[in-house]
Amino acid sequence: MNIAADGLCVEKVHVWRGDRHVLKNVSLQVRAGELVHVSGPNGTGKTTLLRVVSGLLRPEQGTVAWRGKSIASSPTDYQSELAYASHEAALKGDLTAIENLRFMVGLKRRVTLSELQACLARVGVAECADLPARVLSAGQRRRVAMARVLAFRASLWLLDEPFTNLDASGSQLMSALLEEHIDKGGLAVVVAHHDLNLAVPTRHLGLGG
Amino acid sequence: MSVGLSEAFFLVLRRELRLSFRRPDQLLQPLVFFLIVTTLFPLGLSVQLSLLRDMAPGVLWVAALLSSLLSLDSLFKSDADDGTLEQLALAGQGLNVIVIAKTLAHWLVSGAALVLVSPIVGTALAIPEAAFATMMLSLGLGTLTLSWLGAIGAGLTVGLKRGNVLLSLIVLPLAMPLLIFGAGATDRAISGTSTAGALYLLAALCVLTCTLAPFAATAALRITLE
Repeated sequence: MNIAADGLCVEKVHVWRGDRHVLKNVSLQVRAGELVHVSGPNGTGKTTLLRVVSGLLRPEQGTVAWRGKSIASSPTDYQSELAYASHEAALKGDLTAIENLRFMVGLKRRVTLSELQACLARVGVAECADLPARVLSAGQRRRVAMARVLAFRASLWLLDEPFTNLDASGSQLMSALLEEHIDKGGLAVVVAHHDLNLAVPTRHLGLGG
Repeated sequence: MSVGLSEAFFLVLRRELRLSFRRPDQLLQPLVFFLIVTTLFPLGLSVQLSLLRDMAPGVLWVAALLSSLLSLDSLFKSDADDGTLEQLALAGQGLNVIVIAKTLAHWLVSGAALVLVSPIVGTALAIPEAAFATMMLSLGLGTLTLSWLGAIGAGLTVGLKRGNVLLSLIVLPLAMPLLIFGAGATDRAISGTSTAGALYLLAALCVLTCTLAPFAATAALRITLE
C-alpha cells in the first residue's frame, strides 16, 4: 500500500444536529501505519465523527482530506479506498452471508467466491457462508461484517464499536486483524468504549471533554 | 480491478430481484390487492355491462396507482433500516446508479408484474380484447413513471417512522397526469378512437421522469442519509 504521509486529515470540523453542537472544532490526523482510537461518553458525537470522516455527513464547517485532497472533490476515489463498518452489521437477512459479501464487495472491486470464503474463514465463520444472515447470531453477523471489511481490501478502516457482541476469541481476533492491517501500512479510525491495548502505534482522541 | 458502472448496475439489479423473490409474499401482495380491488367494482356496481365498461379505465388506473404505492414504501426503507444503504452509498459507485437499479428492479417486480396480470382485470371489467394492447402499454409507461415519482418520495420519507402516508400524499398529486392520460388512452381504445395523443403524452412523462427523477431521488436520499 502506497499511502502518502498525510493520509487522512480532519481539520476543525463542526457539526450541528438541530440546535445541538455535536462536534466542536474536532481535528485528527491519521498516517499510514497508524490507528486512532476515538472514545468518549454516549452522545458525544463519536459515530457522527465517523460519518463525517466517511463522507456520509458533510460538516457545517471544517474539512476532511484524504491524501491531501478534500474528500468532497473526488468521493468515488476516496470511497474505493475506504471500508466503513457501522454499529449495524448491514447484512440483508434474506441473503446468505456469502451473497451479502458478493453483492457489497462486488460493487467496490472484482472479487472471486473463493476470496470471499477465505475472508469468512479468516474471521471464523466459514460454516455460515450459505446460511441466510437472519439466522446468524449478533456475534456471527459482526464477524461477517468484519469479513466484508477484509474483502474490501481498503487502506482506511472506519470501525464503529467493532468489539460489540463479540466473545473473547472474537475480540482477540478483532485486535489481531487491526494489528495486521496497521502493520501492513493501513490506517484505521476505531470508535470503542474500552482500551484497545494494541501492539501498534495508537493515538487517542477523546470526545466530550 | 475496479468495477464499471454497468457492472455495478446489474449487480444491484440482481441483488434487488433476488431479495424480492426470497420474499414472495411482498411480491404478491400488491398484485393480489390490484386483483381484489378491481374485482370489487363489478360486484358493487350494477350489472349493466355498459356502465362497467365506462368506468373500467378509471377503476383500473386508480387500482394500479394504489397497488404500486403499496410497495413503494419499502424501496429504500429496508436498506436504510439495516444499514445497507450506508454501505451502498459508500460503495464507490455514486448513489445515482444504485438508485436507478433499485427503482428499475422495483418496477420489474411491481409495475411490470401488474401489466402482465392486467388482462385478467380487463376481462373482469368488460374491457374488449382489442383494447388490451393499449391498456398494457399505457399501464407499462404509467407504472414506470410512477416508480420514478415514488423513488423521489421514498427518498424523502425514508428517514421517517411512518412515512408511507406522507409518501402517498407526495406521490399521488404528482401522479394525476398519469391517471388522466392513462385512463384516457384506455378509454379511447375501448371506444375505438385514436389513442396516439394520450400515449405520446404518457411516453413524454415517462422520459421526463426517467431522465430527471434519478437525480432528484438521489439528492433526496443523500439528504436523508445525513
